[in-house]
Amino acid sequence: MGHSLASKLLQAHTSETVDEPGQIVQCGVDLVLANDITAPLAIDSMERMGAERVFHPERVVLVCDHFTPNKDIDSAEQVKRVRDFAARAGIRHYYEGGVCGVEHALLPELGLVGPGDLVVGADSHTCTYGGLGAFATGLGSTDIAAAMVLGETWFKVPPSILVRLEGKPWRHVGGKDVVLHLLGRIGVDGALYKALEFFGPGIASMDAEARMTVANMAIEAGGKVGLFPADEVTSVYLRDAGRRNDIPLAADEDAEYESSLDIDLDQLEPQVACPHLPDNVRPVYEVEDIALDQVVIGSCTNGRISDLRQAAEILEGRTVAPGLRLIVLPATPRIYRMALEEGLLEIFSRAGAVIGPPTCGPCLGGHMGILAGGERCLATTNRNFKGRMGSLESEVFLGGPAVAAASAVAGRIRHPERI
Amino acid sequence: MRYTGKAHRVGDHIDTDAIIPARYLVSTDPRELGQYCMAGISPDWIKGVEQGDILVAGANFGCGSSREHAPLALLGAGIPLVIARSFARIFYRNGFNMGLVLLEVGDQADALREGDQLQADAEEGIIRNLTTQQEIQVRPLPDFMRKILESGGLVPYVRKRLESAA
Ligand code: SF4
Repeated sequence: MGHSLASKLLQAHTSETVDEPGQIVQCGVDLVLANDITAPLAIDSMERMGAERVFHPERVVLVCDHFTPNKDIDSAEQVKRVRDFAARAGIRHYYEGGVCGVEHALLPELGLVGPGDLVVGADSHTCTYGGLGAFATGLGSTDIAAAMVLGETWFKVPPSILVRLEGKPWRHVGGKDVVLHLLGRIGVDGALYKALEFFGPGIASMDAEARMTVANMAIEAGGKVGLFPADEVTSVYLRDAGRRNDIPLAADEDAEYESSLDIDLDQLEPQVACPHLPDNVRPVYEVEDIALDQVVIGSCTNGRISDLRQAAEILEGRTVAPGLRLIVLPATPRIYRMALEEGLLEIFSRAGAVIGPPTCGPCLGGHMGILAGGERCLATTNRNFKGRMGSLESEVFLGGPAVAAASAVAGRIRHPERI
Repeated sequence: MRYTGKAHRVGDHIDTDAIIPARYLVSTDPRELGQYCMAGISPDWIKGVEQGDILVAGANFGCGSSREHAPLALLGAGIPLVIARSFARIFYRNGFNMGLVLLEVGDQADALREGDQLQADAEEGIIRNLTTQQEIQVRPLPDFMRKILESGGLVPYVRKRLESAA
């Protein structure tokens, strides 16, 4: 029997023979990630382990992105602790301030993750790198501490679900719509424990950023990883990120899957996830005209340059509806500069948007756009749990950047073709 | 890694709030947490449990938050081993990392009843039901997982490895 992408990637990192789902294998890791919220806990665990050094200072990445610029004394103290630790441990990939961006947008553009890599992070959206063909998944703080010290961890080999993409998406339909549609079909536990593996002719029409948007939300279906094969599209992205020698990667032809499903991109409408779960998904035309107080464009799901371009295309020469707040947060400093140079920031500013720094900010209800009771927001983020962006009485809808921009102009949820 | 004890059954989708409700998360001491083990199901649940008893659960045991307090509460309650139809992913990791033995047995979990006397050998991958004389085969634990458990969890395991390397 051939290997699925998931088992192939695990096999490449273990001396044991990977032969079936459920098997537990010990794997070497290529990169270990933690952020301003999770690194302090991992540092605690490391101390209890009596460890002073990390396995490889170049292979540990610390990104203080959640509350940057530090929003209060507590977050500043946490970051200080991470900063001191990075200095002590000789960790060069430490990011805060003006070089800091949302971790899952930052690592790919720095060329730190790519096909064939095994990455573990103390953050549930570490699965984003599956868009580039990396086996990447989130772990708890003690697990991450051990991986930082030993450079290895254990995995249970996941069964894989094959998602076959056919056709080509229409204008204004992107990676977010693909993954929301998928969530609507399989539910928030539809891929529990499992690998989602994307495949088929439809993949060619998705750029690397769209693939990362899809992989990013694999965790919203309970998945361990969301994996794309690595092809020419991947190589182009990685060359731009300064990586060399990455090779194409695909599942074996005779790989076995636990189940499979098809998505026809030709038929796909822009999608919106309604409160309070990411699988409460409707085509946008079914929820049009729900009035909004705020729109947020940003995050590790949709804060990349292609997302900002899509939003700017709609916002150019238009203004946001009176009384609505539009917040745009480019996910990294590099994306910010690109948006500046391409004139996108001017379009956003003229449209009446607040342009914020690269930060997770409101995505997790941290800062820079918190919702009051009774307020409604449409965001390009990935979670719409109760209270995720502020008050427990607020509501969050999730959509792609085109729907977000159109809705900001309309003041209510709106199909991008109908403004 | 042999265990003998009385089976206590719980159902499907027992979440970490049932295992240890959030209001008790003010401690990380297993003994203290153990007093409130399964308090989310019933505060009296723990009264029927003796040191060494074995928990038998349905599907998706330990779903919900990633709190490491959940396996600690079970250990603190004197339960060294959980047998389940299936485990939630993060709980499964946390369990081993905290030193709790977990055996996933699929449908075979249904044959184990409340009060059955069980004997499990995690190394060999065999569970014997002494009450019904039935036997369940599971995949034996890999070597290094056994080492984690023998050390008492991931923190002492790493500590030991570092000490022996020094
Ligand atoms: S942008 Fe949101 S989902 Fe992504 S890492 Fe930050 S808080 Fe988490």
